Amino acid sequence: MSDPAQQTIVIVGAGQAGGETASELRKLGFPGRVLILGEEPQVPYKRPPLSKAFLAGTLPEESLYVMQRQNLEKARIEFEGNVRVTRIDRARKRLALADGREIAYDKLVLATGGRARPLPLPGADAPNVFPLRTIADVQQIRARCQPGRRAAVVGGGFIGLEVAAVLVKHGLQVTVLESLPRVLARVTVPEVSAFFERVHREAGVDLRTATQVRGFEGAPEATHVVLGDGSRVETDFVIYGIGLIPNTELAQEAGLPVDNGIMVDEHARTADPDILAAGDCTNHPSEFLGRRVRLESVQNAMEQARAAAATLAGKDAPYRAVPWFWSDQYQYKLQMVGLSGGYDRMLLRGDPAQGAFAAFYLRHGCLIAADTVNRPQDFMLAKKLVALRAPMDDRLGDDSVPLKNLLPAA
Amino acid sequence: MPKIVFIQHTGESQTVEARPGQSVMEAATANMVRGIIGECGGSCSCATCHVYVDRDWFERLPAADTMELGMLEGAVEPGPLSRLSCQIKVTEDLDGLVARIPAGQA
Repeated sequence: MSDPAQQTIVIVGAGQAGGETASELRKLGFPGRVLILGEEPQVPYKRPPLSKAFLAGTLPEESLYVMQRQNLEKARIEFEGNVRVTRIDRARKRLALADGREIAYDKLVLATGGRARPLPLPGADAPNVFPLRTIADVQQIRARCQPGRRAAVVGGGFIGLEVAAVLVKHGLQVTVLESLPRVLARVTVPEVSAFFERVHREAGVDLRTATQVRGFEGAPEATHVVLGDGSRVETDFVIYGIGLIPNTELAQEAGLPVDNGIMVDEHARTADPDILAAGDCTNHPSEFLGRRVRLESVQNAMEQARAAAATLAGKDAPYRAVPWFWSDQYQYKLQMVGLSGGYDRMLLRGDPAQGAFAAFYLRHGCLIAADTVNRPQDFMLAKKLVALRAPMDDRLGDDSVPLKNLLPAA
Repeated sequence: MPKIVFIQHTGESQTVEARPGQSVMEAATANMVRGIIGECGGSCSCATCHVYVDRDWFERLPAADTMELGMLEGAVEPGPLSRLSCQIKVTEDLDGLVARIPAGQA
C-alpha cells in the first residue's frame, strides 16, 4: 500500500457512523486525507435527540453536531454537504456525484444510514404529513407545534412515543395510532408495553392500539386521518414513525453483496477490500447473537465505525458488541440490553405501578436481554450479566435480593 | 471561553476550549479527547463519558441526580469523585476544571 499520508479516505454519509469513523481515524493517527460527503447541509450530527430534546426546543441545533465546523477543520476532516453520490466505480476507485463531479478514493466507507419508511397510503404525500429523521424534518414539525393544535402520530414505536410525549407536554392534542395490539410490540413484552400505554394515557395522549390507518383526507393539507373502521380523526398535521429502510442502493448497484443491509465482516469490510461500511446500513456478524444482524442504533453506528477506522488504520479491533438501546419519555428512561426475541421466560423485578422496574429475559436459564425503566443500576449490571449470558434463577425476580449478588464469581 | 483540562491515566493532558452551555462531554468529543465517547449523546444513558473530577472542582459542581448516580455505579472503575461529563454544564466559573479519564475506559 502507498504511503498513508498520501491516501484519501472518503466517507459517504454524514450521520454518526460517518462522523465517528473520521474522528476515530484521527485519534488513531491516520495522516492522510479524510473527506465526508453528506446529503444534508449539516455537519455530522446526532439523531437520537431529534425526537426528544431537539423537538422539544430545549437543545440548540449546534448541540446536535458531533463536531463543530471549526473542530472538523482543526482535525483536518473535510466535510461537504448537499452532495449526493450516484455511483461507485470500483474498478477506477471513483465516486460519481449528482452534480457531475467525480471524486477519487483510496479507501471508501459507506455510512449511508437509512431513511424513514414511507407511509404507503392515499394522501400521505400531503405537505403536512412528516417523517422524523432529519433536522429539516423536525424544523418543519416544530413550526406547527403551537399549544392547542392537534397532532396525529402514526406508529407506536420509539419515535412515535417520544414524539407524543414531547408534543403533549407542549400542550398539543395528540393521537397515537398503532396498528398492532400494543405499543413497542416488536421490541418488548406486554408488561412494558402496558406501562408505557398507561403513562401516555395519563399524560393525556389519545392512544389507540389495534388501529389501522387507511389514509388521509383533505387537500392540499391533510385534515383527517381515515381509520380502518371508516371513522376519522381530525388533525392539523401528521407525524409517522413506522421503521427505517437501509440505504443500500449504492452498494447494491456497485455489485457488493446486500441482504437486509450491506454485508460486512466483523472488521466492517465489504467484499471489496477497498470498501468498508458501518452503521444502520450494514448487516454484520454478531458474536453475541450467533448470527448476522442489522441494527438501528447509535451504539451500533459508533462502535462499528470505530472498528472500521481501526481496520483502515491497520489495527485489529473487531466489532463485538452487545446491543443496547434507550428511549426517554416524560420522566421515564427505558434502557434495553440484548435482544429479547426467542426468550422462554421473563422475570419482573420491581413494580411497574411504582414507575421503576426491570424485565429480564431468559433462554434455557441464561440471561439474554433486559429492559429497565428508571432503574439505571439494574441496566448497568444487566449489561454485564447479558454479555456473560449468565445463568439465572428465581432470585432474579426477587427485588429483596440485590442484583449485584447474582453476578457470577469472577 | 472557559478551558477544561482532560488528563489521561497515562498523565497525558489536553486543554480544550469549551462553550458555556455545552457539556464537558461535548467539549471533549468536539476535540477528540480519547476515552470520552458520549455514545448516547448526553442523555445520561450510557456512562461512556465517565470522568473523575479533581476534588476542588467536584465540590463546586451541582450534585448528581439519582439517574446519574445509578449509571455511575455501573461505570468503569467508579470512585467518590466520579461524574458523567455529559451532566456537567460548562459555565465561566468552571474555567480550569480538571477531569481525569479512567484507565479502563477505551
